[in-house]
Amino acid sequence: MNTKNLLAKLGPFLGLLLVIGLFSISTEVRGYFLTYPNFKIILTQTVIVAIGALGMTLIIIAGGIDLSVGSAIAFTSVVGALLIQRGWSAAAVVLAVVVAGGGIGLLNGVAIAGLRMTPFIITLGTLGVVRGSSKWLANNETVNYDASPINSWMTTADPFGWSLPTGAWVALVAAIGTAVMLRQTVFGRHIFAIGSNEATARLCGVPTVRTKILIYALAGAFFGLAGLMQLSRLRQGDPTVAVGLELDIIAAVIIGGASLSGGVGTVLGSMIGALIMAVLRNGSQQMGWPTYFQEIIIGVVIIAAVFLDRLRQSKGA
Amino acid sequence: MMPPRLRLMGIRKSFGATLALRGVSLEVAPGEVHALVGENGAGKSTLMNILSGALPADAGTLELDGAPYAPRDTLDARHRGVAMIHQELSLAPHLSAWENIMLGAEPSRGGWLRRREAKALARAALERLGHGHLDLERAAGKFPIAEQQIIEIARALRTEPRVLVMDEPTSSLAQADTERLFTVIRQLRDRGVSVIYISHFLEEVERLADRYTVLKDGQSVGTGLMAGTAPAQLVRLMVGREVTELYPARTARPGATVLEVRNLAAGRRLTGADLTLAAGEILGVAGLIGAGRTELVRAVFGLEASDRGVVRLEGRELSRREPGASWRAGLGFLSENRKEEGLMLPLSVAENTVLTKLGRFGRLGWLRRREIDAAGAAWIGRLGIKASGPGQPVGQLSGGNQQKVALARLLEHPARIFLLDEPTRGIDVGSKAQIYELIAGLAREGRAVVLVSSYLPELFGMCDRIAVMRRGELVECRARADWTEPSLMAAAIGAAA
Repeated sequence: MNTKNLLAKLGPFLGLLLVIGLFSISTEVRGYFLTYPNFKIILTQTVIVAIGALGMTLIIIAGGIDLSVGSAIAFTSVVGALLIQRGWSAAAVVLAVVVAGGGIGLLNGVAIAGLRMTPFIITLGTLGVVRGSSKWLANNETVNYDASPINSWMTTADPFGWSLPTGAWVALVAAIGTAVMLRQTVFGRHIFAIGSNEATARLCGVPTVRTKILIYALAGAFFGLAGLMQLSRLRQGDPTVAVGLELDIIAAVIIGGASLSGGVGTVLGSMIGALIMAVLRNGSQQMGWPTYFQEIIIGVVIIAAVFLDRLRQSKGA
Repeated sequence: MMPPRLRLMGIRKSFGATLALRGVSLEVAPGEVHALVGENGAGKSTLMNILSGALPADAGTLELDGAPYAPRDTLDARHRGVAMIHQELSLAPHLSAWENIMLGAEPSRGGWLRRREAKALARAALERLGHGHLDLERAAGKFPIAEQQIIEIARALRTEPRVLVMDEPTSSLAQADTERLFTVIRQLRDRGVSVIYISHFLEEVERLADRYTVLKDGQSVGTGLMAGTAPAQLVRLMVGREVTELYPARTARPGATVLEVRNLAAGRRLTGADLTLAAGEILGVAGLIGAGRTELVRAVFGLEASDRGVVRLEGRELSRREPGASWRAGLGFLSENRKEEGLMLPLSVAENTVLTKLGRFGRLGWLRRREIDAAGAAWIGRLGIKASGPGQPVGQLSGGNQQKVALARLLEHPARIFLLDEPTRGIDVGSKAQIYELIAGLAREGRAVVLVSSYLPELFGMCDRIAVMRRGELVECRARADWTEPSLMAAAIGAAA
């Protein structure tokens, strides 16, 4: 029983070790791949998907889904760029971008919980609405600005030193905060309750509508934060960026052991899921594999992860 | 004199043009188990929804311990001391036992969960039910059904209810678990909780209840002390006619053997079963929940992959066991899970009826809808299904009528051997009698029936022979006359008779 539980908890972790091991087989690649500077690159490349996956983890545990993440990231990166252009301070930009993301999430949440509509449909709609709005807001071109302290968040001054970029620290702190929130607060446990059995949660007096709206709004704030990292990486606001990123983010959460039918999921799992995808991308590049091959591998990994999870569950039953 | 715990007077409720309740009165004393009986559609669920705050009453008065009682919603009702245990268990399967018990009332400070306090409260609630040994950290969905129910009752008790409403709590429990539940209910009663107990099982009501109220067509038609009231009297009040015999009289004339099962095993739940079934025979399968009864009929039908064993149909071995082949060979299967497996609720009565043989209603792949509807309409007439027409979605029918549609599929096919898993679960007395008559009719026509049931009177009332399963094995099969209820229970539990 306990060993099985342990194995279930370690599952994604073993997956991560497996892909790292896989790319370390070739001695030629190992020299670059298994170095701290390269892992720093991998961590930095994970930041956007990881922060997005934090929000998505909340939503998926609650039995929902959000397809509008990629659009929200593009929208908030455009908002951030426009505000920097207007001379806002970095702190004010951060706050405004997170609020903008939260606002999109709030709209999703109100439509889903208030109007009782399917999250898949609502967010499929907002995927288009928000993407179009970002292009409108940006006059259908990239938004450039001179300079901003935010630009340095996704790079380090010293690529070979030990210091991690600010973005990685932000992701780490956000992840710890989310994990603690999920485990130690009433709100966090209500997220699980709603995903596990919404009717029961309502019956027991859980404010389901309010909780769901809050979940989408909070997740939206995370997507805004991810948009900020996107802005920092490109050093411009690009309304066409992050198309399809929602699928990477959902995949990270699923590889991390969450169930699309709700009630199950962990922050640690989702973070490892995001790392697995980044390691796969990075490793494939080092191996000199073409990008289409990376896409195939990531697709196979998603299916394998879910299949292994099911195998584990049926044995545990 | 003390006011009654709960007093309802002249409760009326209509939905559009339908009058669901037309004047219901009900009085429940403190520390009393009060049975509420009535056919499906008599208004029991509407009344319970009003009591538990899910619906407002149109007219009438409700009083709780002498004070006016008009709950705004279910939560308000709970706070005021009225809790409900629904027929379908409503736990969050992924959450632990203690989280389920404390759900919605978690002790917290500034939004932070006070885990230790929550667990202690949950433990205390379980201990009061005599189930303090349950593993609080285990996910609720991993407990057996009976223990899930205990968890749900513990949750209801958390709010110190004055009135506990239980809707068909034993419908998925085996006998031994039912006994344990009764012990719990009696303890609650002795502590002064008023229990309103809704059940179709009149024997249970007779044993458990102090008083009863009968609902019929939205009105309370009778109330009284349970002691000295015979079940037949209740049935008469419920259906408004004398039902002398719920089970049709029949004489068995078994013919040639049509089904032979040898050494069948499938997974952990079915480790070995042998049985034979003759034409014109009704064979009962009894056993506790989890004894492998459902797995037996599912394995015969090919819904569960079998590890070993032989199934012979009219002397010929059924080599490929999967549902399509079974239907073609003349087997018909009725699932115990009507809503999730037995029927396609959004589809029409007619479509559900012909589902197994759609191909025969087509020409070059095009369905002939008119013929499908004609087939459905024929069964509506022959089985007395209450539906607006063959096009009505099955999900809109009552439980009893849904079950008739599910049976119509087997008749329409037509099957020669009927594997019926709990065919009367959760349906009202009137529909039950009709389904019993239907099953008896099948046997008269020389078809063979395997009847899996948790309800002993049903097995004794219907079957020619009864087989008992225990821990995955079919341990004994005797003619009905050679069993008594105690000896059969003893065989099911594994005790010496």
